[in-house]
Amino acid sequence: MTVPALAPTSSEVLAVVASRELAGKRTVFAGIGLPTLAASLAHLTVAPGLEVVYESGVCGAHPSHLPETIADSVLITDAEAVISMPALFGYVLQGGHIDVGFLGAAQIDRWGNLNSSVIGDWHRPDVRLPGSGGAIEVMANSREVFVVMRRHEPRSLTDALDFCTSPGPDRARADGIRPRGAGVTRVITELGLLARGGPGEELRLTAVHPGVTVDQVRAATGWELDVADGLAVIEPPTIAELRLLRDTVDPDRIYLR
Amino acid sequence: MDTQTDATGRTTRARTTPGTTAPDKTMSLRDAIARYVHDGDTVCVEGFTHLIPTAAGHEIIRQGRRGLTVVRMTADIVVDQMLAADCVTTLVSSFVGNSSAGSLGELRRRVEDGRLTFEEYSHYGMVCRYLAGAQRLPFYPLRSYGGSDLPRVNGQLRKVTSPYPGPDGEPEHVYVVPPVNPDVTIVHAQRADRSGNTHVWGLTGVQAEAVYAARTAIVVVEEIVDASVVRSDPNRTLIPAHAVDAVVVCPRGAHPSFAQGYYDRDGAFYREWAHISKDPRRLAAWLDEWVYGTEDHAAYVSKLGRDHWERLAVDEALSIPVDYGRRR
Repeated sequence: MTVPALAPTSSEVLAVVASRELAGKRTVFAGIGLPTLAASLAHLTVAPGLEVVYESGVCGAHPSHLPETIADSVLITDAEAVISMPALFGYVLQGGHIDVGFLGAAQIDRWGNLNSSVIGDWHRPDVRLPGSGGAIEVMANSREVFVVMRRHEPRSLTDALDFCTSPGPDRARADGIRPRGAGVTRVITELGLLARGGPGEELRLTAVHPGVTVDQVRAATGWELDVADGLAVIEPPTIAELRLLRDTVDPDRIYLR
Repeated sequence: MDTQTDATGRTTRARTTPGTTAPDKTMSLRDAIARYVHDGDTVCVEGFTHLIPTAAGHEIIRQGRRGLTVVRMTADIVVDQMLAADCVTTLVSSFVGNSSAGSLGELRRRVEDGRLTFEEYSHYGMVCRYLAGAQRLPFYPLRSYGGSDLPRVNGQLRKVTSPYPGPDGEPEHVYVVPPVNPDVTIVHAQRADRSGNTHVWGLTGVQAEAVYAARTAIVVVEEIVDASVVRSDPNRTLIPAHAVDAVVVCPRGAHPSFAQGYYDRDGAFYREWAHISKDPRRLAAWLDEWVYGTEDHAAYVSKLGRDHWERLAVDEALSIPVDYGRRR
């Protein structure tokens, strides 16, 4: 089944880049899809002690099959712990036990604030999106947040959100609420890697995929994107990483589209 | 199943199970909905992606309830169906997507056209509303919402100053949510005894809090078991009988969600719902065929057919019994 010669797909690249950023992390709060692929790969490579906590309340899952959702029965059978919603959100998240929270969003701005509620006006939206779920809590309580954006385009990486569902620490502080975590510290896209250190800092371009130019990333970003000194070029997925992804993590290519 | 309910479902008296003094609260789903769900009620339907009380939602649709306020963390397919059947005027929720399988078509149409009152929260905001409701507290604080636009569109999200200084000695501000006390909460579970001691395992979500927050509670179960089964493992009782008003046996009543150890999630139906719900005519035809066209959930189950259920069957994975000990 291994075809290491085959060029990596964009999903594989995103999963590999995200997995490398998890080096040395202990607990990650992740949904199904790219975040779980990244966490599973990191577990086999750079973060052997990594524990994934799912929003359904599952900790230490040992699934017999690749789960379809965060609530798949295969995550529960053989799990180390299954806890209630008050325990998950109250004790695990709000109690400060999560190192990295993975979030997705329809829109992100330069400060790492996220919109997953609406496109257009909230009262009469052009598109009603699923909403927060636990994203507000993941943002407010994780030490840091990683965001994977499949599409790097100006309407997604935007100068002004249509609605701020999940605010970063700067917006929280402006509202009189003392922030706890750093907010979004990594944005992994098809063009490269954006990063920020924490409160008061903008997202800036720190690395690009081979063959991608700074101008290309700037044109695809909705705000005037700052570029880090010593911009790096991301090392393409190694054969070892691809083998693990393809043979061990997702052999049926359920998420490796 | 011997339900022993009276014909009207309104004047049953507490009966006793032979050999015990516990009241028998079993009744049919039809009777439970008729008695405990009224037009204009606030109805909480809980079960976090697991044990979703779909059969109860369908019975509410069959009985034509109107003007309901539905409270539920993840709206899911059953809410889309209740919306399409015109049962619901207000939705209180923290996630309005079709799991990870696309959109809830009817919900999107109604929100985008301004035809549904939507009170939007985050998951923990909803959890804290249940916690405040269950404990009859005036509000519940949480470290969420600071800087979010949600308080701008949901006036129930309010900020207070803590009466205690923060770690740095300075005043600390925190958002709070109000309690929710539904007229009725409906949950689905694996098993209960006839008086309502309810065993739940797998994802336990927020069912206990939602039941205690409510004025009345209906527990729908895969099977009724003898009290001795419940008492063999009392830590498994998530909801004690004193919090339960009606016990309804309704096998496979959580489809298309799942019941851990009984049947698996119908992922194909979740994906299919994105297409069904996208077209209002197709959605109406689905309700006609599968809800109005079935007399009760047993008819729905049998209409799905044996092959369908075979695909959702699961193998056994027994827990190892614990020893509670018995004093000599």
